[in-house]
Amino acid sequence: MSLNNPFDPNTELSACNCGRHASQAEHDLAETEALNQRVIQSTVMRALFPKDEERRHFLRTVGVSTAWAAISSLIPFGALEAMAQEKGSLEKKDLKVGFIPITCASPLIMADPLGFYKKEGLNVTMMKTAGWALIRDKTMNREYDAAQMLAPMPLAISMGVGSNAMPTNVMTIQNVNGQAIILANKHKNNRDPKNWKGFKFAIPFEFSIHNLLLRYYLAEHGINPDTDVQLRVVAPPEMVANLRAGNIDGFLGPDPVNQRAVYDELGFIHILSRDIWDGHPCCSFSIPTDFIKQNPNTFAALYRAILKSAAMARDPKNRSIMAEVLAPANYLNQPKAVLDQVLTGKFADGLGNVVNVPERVDYDPFPWYSMAYWILTQMKRWGYVKGDVRYKDIAEKVYLLTDARKYMSELGMNPPKENLRKVKVMGKEFDPAKAEAYANSFAIRKA
Amino acid sequence: MSSRLALRAGLISLLLFLLFIGTWSVATRPVEATDHGADAEYAALMGKGVDKASGFPPPAKVGEAFVTYLSDPFYDNGPNDKGIGIQLGHSLIRVGIGFLLAVAVALPLGFAIGMSPLLFQAFNPFIQILKPISPLAWMPLALYSLKDSDISGIFVIFICSLWPMLINTAFGVASVRKDWINVARTLEVGPLRKAFQVILPAAAPTILTGMRISMGIAWLVIVAAEMLVGGTGIGYFVWNEWNNLALPNVIFAVAMIGLVGMILDQCFGVLQKLVTYRE
Repeated sequence: MSLNNPFDPNTELSACNCGRHASQAEHDLAETEALNQRVIQSTVMRALFPKDEERRHFLRTVGVSTAWAAISSLIPFGALEAMAQEKGSLEKKDLKVGFIPITCASPLIMADPLGFYKKEGLNVTMMKTAGWALIRDKTMNREYDAAQMLAPMPLAISMGVGSNAMPTNVMTIQNVNGQAIILANKHKNNRDPKNWKGFKFAIPFEFSIHNLLLRYYLAEHGINPDTDVQLRVVAPPEMVANLRAGNIDGFLGPDPVNQRAVYDELGFIHILSRDIWDGHPCCSFSIPTDFIKQNPNTFAALYRAILKSAAMARDPKNRSIMAEVLAPANYLNQPKAVLDQVLTGKFADGLGNVVNVPERVDYDPFPWYSMAYWILTQMKRWGYVKGDVRYKDIAEKVYLLTDARKYMSELGMNPPKENLRKVKVMGKEFDPAKAEAYANSFAIRKA
Repeated sequence: MSSRLALRAGLISLLLFLLFIGTWSVATRPVEATDHGADAEYAALMGKGVDKASGFPPPAKVGEAFVTYLSDPFYDNGPNDKGIGIQLGHSLIRVGIGFLLAVAVALPLGFAIGMSPLLFQAFNPFIQILKPISPLAWMPLALYSLKDSDISGIFVIFICSLWPMLINTAFGVASVRKDWINVARTLEVGPLRKAFQVILPAAAPTILTGMRISMGIAWLVIVAAEMLVGGTGIGYFVWNEWNNLALPNVIFAVAMIGLVGMILDQCFGVLQKLVTYRE
């Protein structure tokens, strides 16, 4: 297991020493596994034949392959190897993970067909769920061990806003960007938000980044989201059906729902959510705090699996294959053509243009505290939380930034060094150090 | 004479069916795609030229769904994609458990209420208030307090099948002919024997009617409950296909729901015939 000198002109960095593996890391992994296998096999053989002479005699008389077949029929070498590979024994192996059939869930879904959960010794069942309230209830009822949640949900659940309080943690952000404002085709010539009084919009959940971004966007254009328009909670998969039925004028929804509305010629993409805040968090991979305390090793294994999957999903090269894997009924149940447009960022906008935005969705898993800060300022602005908000305490309690950083560096994913960063939302800077002042700076807010 | 009548009725049924399919296919004729003048790349991204489900599906499409799903009813592609047979099985098990629980409560209670005017008066206000509540309105409460979506589904079935059975049992028991009870009394029949050998057979047709109504309602409710809670079952299947706006599959599921509902109803019809008597 040598490390190639990257400054040596004679070594090939992409391949390994023996040339059979794509990279040195993979070569090392294969070597470790082979070593592991040998150690287990010799331990077993030593136990079966305390005297080495007997072992050699036995092998000579029956032949190696017969001996191997006879012994492996008695001793589960595979299982022993799997056990030896575990870094600390797993407290719980059979897990149920809830998800909503949207592309935000790609990393946690892809970890299943790619075998990332299996590799960690976890047996994960992916549970498709009908809506966010149900995800919350099933997680709180412990029907699910972990679940995809909208980034604001763990904050709200931990604070006991909109439900009983239950400490819940964000392990990783599932995706940044990847949402859009969709309007019904009849509004093609009504693109100025100032004229949107009386519109009915669908949002996926009260405690969603969609709700907060749409409110922000409308308020920046002088529309009061509480009094001038109607915001309805509609589960993402039902948004297109509602748009078709004419129940709503538009929505700020997740993909592939947005692209599906275009594909079915019902609406058009007014703007992408990255035009409001480039790099906004959307969904998260969340887990009850109790579960972490009771199952620390399982928690660590889960962390490695979803981070590996996130790293895979970030790579633009993988996007087209992802579309193929995610399309069947067991996962997203959507046409591949729609998923392709969402994931590759080359899409029809519903107005007759082909748009190319490779950054349409990204799967950066790092849970910045500043994301939680911004969400809390908006929850305060719109009256979901009252009184003083302890931004720092809540963010640090709910978003597991230090753990994410630790596991990301273990996997060589280069996590950021800072915990907070300034962001721009529609051109206006948000400085997390001045969160309270920011929350109070808006003219349009809940009275 | 009656067989000729059945034949003629069957012929008319068939004609009606053909008329229905005919109207349906005429109404869903494929319209010529209007050319928007957009470039080819845009058209490709919009799925032009490929077989895209838009608008109401014609009968042929729905027929395809029937063939696909019925040719392999028990496949299992993981927790979120199972064959129609497995889904129906899940729904039937839920309905079965909820219904049997309701029987276990409604029959004894109905007997007691039917035999005692005092209890009847005492229970009546509660029954009258609880009866008209939509079973689905119980769902959030059940989810919150039972803390399990599967049990909540069964609870909803239980609560919706309880009332018709309870009311019918009470009514059936209360309206057993007084003569028969008096005869039993003169023969000095014990109370248990009176309940099982006089009242039960006399009230059985009414009780069975209650059960039949309950089962009908339970089957209606399970679909809605599963759409709400998801996971498995025919209701979940409908929801999953609705998400994909795959109307042929939804229509197929709707037809299956109707078919299974009819079979359930027929079963109770047979049972009802068995216990019916002539005075």
